Amino acid sequence: MEWLVQLLGSYRPNVELVGWTLIKIFAIVGPLMIAVAYLTYAERKVIGYMQVRIGPNRVGFFGLLQPMADGIKLLFKEIILPTASNKGLFLLGPVLTIAPAFAAWAVIPFDGTKVLANIDAGLLYVLAMTSIAVYGVIIAGWASNSKYAFLGSLRSAAQIVSYEIAMGFSLVGVLMCANSLNLGNIVLGQEGGFWHWYFIPLFPLFIVYFISAVAETNRAPFDMAEGESEIVAGFHVEYSGMAFAVFFLAEYANIWLVCTLAALMFMGGWLSPLPFLPDSILWLFAKMAFLVFFFLWFRATFPRYRYDQVMRLGWKVFIPITIVWIVFVGAMLQTKFDYLFH
Amino acid sequence: MFKQIKNTLGSLMLIELLKGMAVTGRYFFARKITIQYPEERTPQSNRFRGLLALRRYPNGEERCIACKLCEAVCPAIAITIESEQRGDNTRRTTQYDIDLTKCIFCGLCEESCPVDSIVGTRVFDYHAEQRGDLIYTKDMLLAVGDKHEKQIAADRAQDKNYR
Repeated sequence: MEWLVQLLGSYRPNVELVGWTLIKIFAIVGPLMIAVAYLTYAERKVIGYMQVRIGPNRVGFFGLLQPMADGIKLLFKEIILPTASNKGLFLLGPVLTIAPAFAAWAVIPFDGTKVLANIDAGLLYVLAMTSIAVYGVIIAGWASNSKYAFLGSLRSAAQIVSYEIAMGFSLVGVLMCANSLNLGNIVLGQEGGFWHWYFIPLFPLFIVYFISAVAETNRAPFDMAEGESEIVAGFHVEYSGMAFAVFFLAEYANIWLVCTLAALMFMGGWLSPLPFLPDSILWLFAKMAFLVFFFLWFRATFPRYRYDQVMRLGWKVFIPITIVWIVFVGAMLQTKFDYLFH
Repeated sequence: MFKQIKNTLGSLMLIELLKGMAVTGRYFFARKITIQYPEERTPQSNRFRGLLALRRYPNGEERCIACKLCEAVCPAIAITIESEQRGDNTRRTTQYDIDLTKCIFCGLCEESCPVDSIVGTRVFDYHAEQRGDLIYTKDMLLAVGDKHEKQIAADRAQDKNYR
C-alpha cells in the first residue's frame, strides 16, 4: 500500500467519475450481450423461415430460451488447447477479437444525451477499433498451428484490409456532408425528416458501406475466413467451448455495431423519419433491427463468393465507386446545389 | 458493346441479387412445411418396411416353417436360422436371429416368404442401448409381430390384389 501511494504521488482517482462510468459501461454492454444472444436466435428463426422451416421452437415459448441453453452448453464444454499451439496467443485470440467489438460502443450516441464518451473524433475511433479486431482473427489462426486455421486467418486479413478502404472512403463522404467526425453531430446534421438523411444524396456510398460491412464482419456471402465447405471452420477450427463462443459473440456484436453505425450515419440515428413525430432512442433500435435483418436475409439468400471475386469486388468495383462519388460530392458542395448534401 | 454496358449497369444496380432476395423474401412468408416429429408424423405407405417381425396364425401357431428362403435371399446376410423337427413332425425354427445392424430393410425376406411369416412393420423409431440389443431373436421378433398384428394384417389385406 505504501509503495502504491508513492507511485501515484499526488494523483487521486475521481472515484465518483470512475464508478459512474463503470455503471454506464454495464448499461451498454449488458443489453448488448442480450441483443447478441437473441441475434443468434433471430438468425436461426429468419433463415429457417426463408427455408420454409420453423427454426428453434422447443426451449421455452417459441424457442425463446434457446440462446440461454446454447450459452450454458458452451460454458460447460471443455476448452481444448492443441498441443502444437502457442498457448498464450491461442487464448489471447478470442479476447483480442471481442474487446474491440465492445470498446467501439463507447462513442456510439444512443440519443442526444446518451453517449459514454462524446469525443470529437468518434468516427476515427470506431474505424480504429474495428480495424484492431482483425488482429484477434490473425493471432487465433496463427497460434492454432493448423493449416485450415492459418488459411482462414490469411483470407480474413486480406479481406478486411481490402474492404476497410472502401468502408473508410464511404464514411469520408458522410463526414464531408456533416462537416464533423463526432457521431452525435453527424446525426444532428440529418435533422428534419427522412428526406434529410444522408442515404439519399450518398446512396452509392450507403450501398458500398453496407456491403463492405458484411465483408468486414466475415458474414455470408463473404465468410471466406470460415468457409465451411473449403477450410472447415477457418480461423476458429481448433477452438471449443467458451473460447469458440467468444468468437461468435464478437461476430454478432460486430454485426450490431456496423448496423448501428449505418443507422447513425446514413439513416439519422435516433431522429424520427417524420418531423412531427418525437425523436427517440426507439427509432435507433428500429433502424438497427431493420438493417440487421438484411444481414440475415443475405445469409439465407447468397452463396459464398469465390475468393478472387471477393478481392476483385473490393479493389476494382467498390474503391473506384467510392472515389468517384466522393469527388462528385466534393464538387457539388462547391456549387449552389450544396444544400442537397447537408 | 451495348450488351456489355447493359450487363455492367445491371450488376451495378444489383438486379440479380435483388431478384434472389425477392425469392427468399417470398418464402419468408410462405406456409412452413416442417413436421414436428414426435407430435406429428408423415403419412406412411401400407408397404412401409420398418422393423421386421414374425407372424402367427390366428390360432397362435407360428407361421414360419424354416424353409430358409429369407436366409438365402438376404443380401446383407443378416438372418441366421436353425431348425429341427418338432414333436408333431413339422419343421420349425429353433433359432431365428436378425442382426438389425446388418439389415438394410430391402424387404426381400418378406417377398420370398411363402407363408407371410417374416414381414416389415411400420415401426421405424426403435432404439437400443448396446450393439448386442440390436440382434433380434425369434422370441423378440414374434413379440413384435404379436404387438402389431392388427396393423400388419390390415396392411396385407389392403395390398392383397397386388401381391
